Amino acid sequence: MTGAPILQLRDIHKRFGTVQALTGAGLIARAGEVHALLGENGAGKSTLMHVASGMVAPDTGEILIDGAPRRLRSPRDARAAGIGMVHQHFTSIPALTVAENIALFAGWAVRPRELAVRVTALAERLNLPLDPVARAGTLPVALLQRLEIVKALAADARVLLLDEPTGVLAPAEADELLARARAFAQSGGAVVLITHKLDEALRGADRVTVLRRGRVVLEQAVVGLGSRELTQAMLGDATLVDEPAPAAHASDDAPRRVHVAGLEVARESGLGMAVRQVSLGIRAGEIVAVAGIEGSGQRELLRAIAGVLPVFRGTREVTQPLAFVPEDRTTEGLIPELSVTENVVLGLGRPASWVKRGRLDWKAARQRTAEMLSEFEVRSAGPEAPAASLSGGNQQKLIIARALERAPAVIVAENPTRGLDVQATRAVHDRLRDAAGRGVAVLLYSSDLDEVMMLGQRIAVMARGTLSEAPAHASRAEIGALMLAGRAG
Amino acid sequence: MKRPRVVPLLLPLASLGAGLAVLAVFFSVLGYDPVLALGAMVRGAFGSWYAFASGTLVRAIPLMLIALGFTVGLRAGVLNIGGEGQFYAGAVAAAWIGLKLGAWPGFAATTAVLAVAVVAGACWVAVPAWLRLRFGVLEVISTLLLNFVAEALVSYMVQGPLQESQHIYPQSDQLPLAARMPVFPGTRLHLGILLALSCSMIAWYVFRRTMTGFELRAVGRGPRAARVTGGLRVQRLGAMALLVSGALAGLAGGTEVSGVSYALYPNLSPGYGFTAIAVALLARQSPMGIVLSAILFGALEAGAGAMQRDAGVPAVAVYVAEAVTIIAVLLADALSSRRRDMVTA
Repeated sequence: MTGAPILQLRDIHKRFGTVQALTGAGLIARAGEVHALLGENGAGKSTLMHVASGMVAPDTGEILIDGAPRRLRSPRDARAAGIGMVHQHFTSIPALTVAENIALFAGWAVRPRELAVRVTALAERLNLPLDPVARAGTLPVALLQRLEIVKALAADARVLLLDEPTGVLAPAEADELLARARAFAQSGGAVVLITHKLDEALRGADRVTVLRRGRVVLEQAVVGLGSRELTQAMLGDATLVDEPAPAAHASDDAPRRVHVAGLEVARESGLGMAVRQVSLGIRAGEIVAVAGIEGSGQRELLRAIAGVLPVFRGTREVTQPLAFVPEDRTTEGLIPELSVTENVVLGLGRPASWVKRGRLDWKAARQRTAEMLSEFEVRSAGPEAPAASLSGGNQQKLIIARALERAPAVIVAENPTRGLDVQATRAVHDRLRDAAGRGVAVLLYSSDLDEVMMLGQRIAVMARGTLSEAPAHASRAEIGALMLAGRAG
Repeated sequence: MKRPRVVPLLLPLASLGAGLAVLAVFFSVLGYDPVLALGAMVRGAFGSWYAFASGTLVRAIPLMLIALGFTVGLRAGVLNIGGEGQFYAGAVAAAWIGLKLGAWPGFAATTAVLAVAVVAGACWVAVPAWLRLRFGVLEVISTLLLNFVAEALVSYMVQGPLQESQHIYPQSDQLPLAARMPVFPGTRLHLGILLALSCSMIAWYVFRRTMTGFELRAVGRGPRAARVTGGLRVQRLGAMALLVSGALAGLAGGTEVSGVSYALYPNLSPGYGFTAIAVALLARQSPMGIVLSAILFGALEAGAGAMQRDAGVPAVAVYVAEAVTIIAVLLADALSSRRRDMVTA
């Protein structure tokens, strides 16, 4: 069931400084249709959606609403034109209630009593029930996202733009979300689903547009398409299918590198325990991948093992040196304004060969950095370039290169490929597997279940602060069930 | 991405030009002859070796030391705007110990005086450092407020324990000769200039060539990355930088007492602690830049006196030039960083 186009973007060009983000890209969102927008990182998906939602003005190109050209000067303009955007990062204000958040966003100036009625009516009409008086900060992630959607639809949106909506959801929740999107389309709206997950596009969408380097390389109905075609369109000729995890080959008599027992870790906020009575052992050469819905304690567990967060109770024995790869590359992994060399110096600290009795030999550090850059195929303008000038994938390669430079016994990595394109992801996976092959114990968590299953020789699941090990060769569904264990709603 | 080496100098000079231009306009509007006034200023600051050494350089010494301290803090991410108070703490300690050391040999006495001033400056900022470490109190506020306490302390000292022996004037006795720093023959320029220059060189070396300097810089630029990736104790390094910062300001107070005033007065500093912040901002965190920028501000202040004498223009008018210069530098910095942001976004 497909109707007339509601939103059309035609021949959009956009340039940021030296980067040509979009070169004649376009998109058509039709009533009754779920349209997937696919592409690697940096392909221009987000820029195109920012154009559609009025956040970015295109250099040239046309935006048509119901067939008539329209200029969107601000997100407010876009909202008035019936376009609702749900951002990847939540934009609700935690201290305000659900109803207040909606009113703030939609610009309703009404009395509290009337507001509650209106919000309840809206949520019911949309079939997205929410408690209007709950504070946004107390909502679980799935409901927070529902709130984002209700906000976007509150101003009678007819086009719903969803930016990577399933990244934070458990598999069952993701399915539910796709079903909601479908229902919205069936009621006459148009949905644009921005994603990098192929199966989601194939499962949830009617049509798909694939962007590569700012251009549309494929635009057709999903029927008859397979993941092979989509991958090919996204990547060009490179065929990059990650190898699945080899069976656990770490022998039972390999030395133990990580051993924690009865571990308890407080939340970073200091309120309550994030990790409860967790025991885990990792041998040299093993890759242990942890899955879990965000906020289940996996972050605190890894950080405590890495020594970044204090252990509240329990034993923690970790062979040094340990290398930690934080999730947030630009605030924790790197100092963006500093040069690549300086960031290497930062990460390796005083044991590095270029530090002699407190004196720093920059020349030696630069030389070694240049070698690392070429060994790990980090594309940059050289060791003196600011880390900020590297793309996300190259920043992560740099961080991994730096971690391995310590000759670590243990690597702890948080979401090591979040936001990376397929090639960079592949490179990071290869490095981690290589390291394990050389006897490094690797512990990681990922919010991408595929990545967990691909990398982990052993898979452990965190749910509500406790850790349970998944049986060997467990299926997605089994792991998904473990992730939801002990979780209401 | 290498930037040409002239650019860092160009911007401050252009800003200074803007400052002086605004000052000239200001003079014309008020009915003074700008050529006469600015000419008197330049002669007062650079007109002779005596004027340059005894006027400009003598004023540049405390500015250089306090500005270095401010920069050490700023690089590590702490804002010490209590240089004025730490200067006075150093001055009080220097006067107090200097008055007792008349019998010591000269070199030992001056060394002791300066050492005590350094310790006093560090102690004065130790309170804000501790408050920051223990309770997270913003050092911007605590260091600023302690300036007033320091000024009150000086007032008390010169009317109480340290008042001159006849108990008439609110000032201390003159320091014994042993506690005074030697001056260059024929000028009032004292050895403090060498101290200030060496401190600049040491700061340059520490930040350029040592791991500690790099760690301080990392803590200032990216505290989270410094902690998580560098394993650094961010708070502790910040507190350390604050102590060094205070020590340098204390040293400035010591050199002023031991090299210029030879006694403690309530208005010993014409706002050195605050002007030094401007000096540091103009130098944009470069220790060697501070040397130049301090001499420049020293010249402005020295020239201001001459201007008042010779052209009848109130000396405070110079603050207009100082302020415009700083605003121009900050504006240029803000604009260039905004351009960078737009490119990387």
